[in-house]
Amino acid sequence: MLYDVTGLLDRAAGAHPDRIALADDKKELSYREYREKAMAIAAGIEARAPGERRKAVAVLIDRNVESIICFLGAAYSGNYYVPVDMSLPEERISLIYERTSPLLIIDARNKKNDVPGAVSFETIVSENRGKAYEPSVNIDTDPLYAIFTSGSTGIPKGVLISHRSVLDMVQAFEEAFHFEEGTVFANQAPFDFDVSVKDIYNSLYVGGRVEVLPKKLFKMPKLLTEHLRERKADTIIWAVSALRIVADFKTFDVNEPPQLKNVMFSGETMPGRVLAYWREHIPEARYVNLYGPTEITCNCTYHEIKEAPDPAQAIPIGKPFVNSRVFLRDEEGRRVSEKNVIGEICIAGSCLALGYINDSSMTERAFIQDPLAGGYRSEVYVSGDLGYYNDRGELVFAGRRDSQIKHMGHRIELGELELVLNSVGGIDTGCCLYDASKEAIVCFYQSAEPRRKEILEAFAKKLPKYMRPTEYVRYRAIPMNKNAKIDRALLKQMIKEGNYGSADKDNE
Amino acid sequence: MDQLIRIMSEVRPDIDFTTAEDLIDDDILDSFDIISIVNEVNEEFGIEINVNDLLPENFNTAAALYELIEKLRG
Repeated sequence: MLYDVTGLLDRAAGAHPDRIALADDKKELSYREYREKAMAIAAGIEARAPGERRKAVAVLIDRNVESIICFLGAAYSGNYYVPVDMSLPEERISLIYERTSPLLIIDARNKKNDVPGAVSFETIVSENRGKAYEPSVNIDTDPLYAIFTSGSTGIPKGVLISHRSVLDMVQAFEEAFHFEEGTVFANQAPFDFDVSVKDIYNSLYVGGRVEVLPKKLFKMPKLLTEHLRERKADTIIWAVSALRIVADFKTFDVNEPPQLKNVMFSGETMPGRVLAYWREHIPEARYVNLYGPTEITCNCTYHEIKEAPDPAQAIPIGKPFVNSRVFLRDEEGRRVSEKNVIGEICIAGSCLALGYINDSSMTERAFIQDPLAGGYRSEVYVSGDLGYYNDRGELVFAGRRDSQIKHMGHRIELGELELVLNSVGGIDTGCCLYDASKEAIVCFYQSAEPRRKEILEAFAKKLPKYMRPTEYVRYRAIPMNKNAKIDRALLKQMIKEGNYGSADKDNE
Repeated sequence: MDQLIRIMSEVRPDIDFTTAEDLIDDDILDSFDIISIVNEVNEEFGIEINVNDLLPENFNTAAALYELIEKLRG
C-alpha cells in the first residue's frame, strides 16, 4: 500500500537503481544515489533534532538536484519541508520562519553566502552518508510540505500538504495521462511553487527523470530549445508564462522544436495565439490545460485540447480528476448545475490541504463543512475562483471573487500590496489594480508630493519582485465614490480604456 | 549608449547598468525584464532583435547589448 511518498523512492531505487533520476545543468544522479543522499539528509535531521516528527525543515532552494534530495530527506525523517527562496525580501523570509518554526535550515544552494543557523547540504551528507539509519514510519495524513502563497491580510499563507494528497495527485495523473516509464519531466517551476510538485512526484511514480532547467534558459529561448533537445525531455508541465516566452520570440521559426509528448500548462489563462503557435510547431504532442489552487495539491481539473480551439472562447479547465469532487455554489451556498451560470468553484477529496500552518482563522474560512453532507464530517475547500459550465458541460474559469489576480503565473492578492502602499509615510490613500491588457500592476495613490521612490523602497523591502507594481499614478485628490472610498470602478474603467496616464504621471 | 542605459534603467531602476555585469548568468534580469528591454530597444532603435540574438553574451552587460544594437543597425 502506498501511504508515504518515500515509498515511491524506495520502490524506484529498488527496481532500477542505476537509472538517472535527477539532473540539472551541472550534474546527474541515479536513483540509488538519490535515495542514499536523501537518507543521509534524514539522518542529519535526526542527529540535529532527535525524535522530532511532523515539524518543519526549511530548505534554501536553488535550481538544482540537491533541493529535491532535501525534500525527500525531510520526508524520510518524518518531518515536512518548507522551500525558501533567498531572493525574497528578508521580511518575507522571517514571516515564513515565524509561521513554521523550522527545526533546521538546510542550505541547498550552489553559491552560498553565510546564513546564520543554516547548515549546508554538503556538510549533512558528508557527515551522515552510509550511516545506519532507520527512516521514520509515517502515515499518509502526515504533512509533507508547506508552500507559501500571497495573503490579503499582508501575511503569506503557508499551505500545508500531506503525503496522502500528493499520492492522490500522482495516481490521478496516472489515471488521466498514463505517463510512460522513464518519462523525462523538464522542470521549469521554482521549487517554492507547487507546479514543481508534479514534476518531482510524477517522475518518482513512473521511474522517470527530472531535468531541472536553469532559470536563464527562460530568458534565452534558443538555448532552452537546444537544452530540451539535448536532454531528450518529453514532458513539460509549465506555467503559461513560460510557454508564452517561446511563442513571443517565435523561437521555433528558426530553431528545431524539441520532441515533446506532453505539453501541460496552468497558472493563468492560456492565450489562443500561444497555444496555436505550439500546436503548429509540435503537432504530435498532447496539450492539456490544468487547473487548481495550491490548497488542493496542484490540480483538480484538466482539459485535453484535441482540436484547434475557438479563439473567441476561453479554453475550458475541463473536468475533475478522479477522486476529486469539483462543484459550483452560488452566493447562498446552493449548488449550481445549470449551464452558463457562474458559481464559486469548490473542491472536496483527498487532495485537500491540511490547512494554513498556524493560521486557524484563515483555515476555517477556506476549508468548510459541506452543508450538503448530512450528519458526518466532510470538508470542502472554497476557492474564491469563479467558474461556469459551458454548453458542452465543461468547466470554464471566470475570474476571482476578490482582488486576487494572476500575474506572470503568480497568484497575488492586491490587498497585500495595498497594505504595504498605505503604510508609506506621506501617502494619504491608494490602491493597486491590474491592467490585464498591459500585464501591469498599477499603483494609484494620493499624496501632496510625489512619493514613487519611497513606495518602491517599501515594496522592495516587503514583497517579491513579481508582486511589485510597475506603473504609478499620483493624484492630489484620488477619485472617490459616494461612500468616500476610492472609486475603484472608475479607476478600473480608466484602465480598461487605457487612459490612466503613463508611469509616475502626476494627475491634478 | 545613454539612450540604452535609460531604457534599461526604466525597466529596472534598482540596477546601475553602467557598471553591472553578468546580468543573465547571475539571474539579475528576469524573463519579464528581458522582454520589456527587447521591446523598447526594438522600438527606439528601429531594429528587430531575433531569438537567436538572445544569448547571455549579448545581454550580460549594457555594453554587450549596445554592441549588438550597433551590429543590427548595420
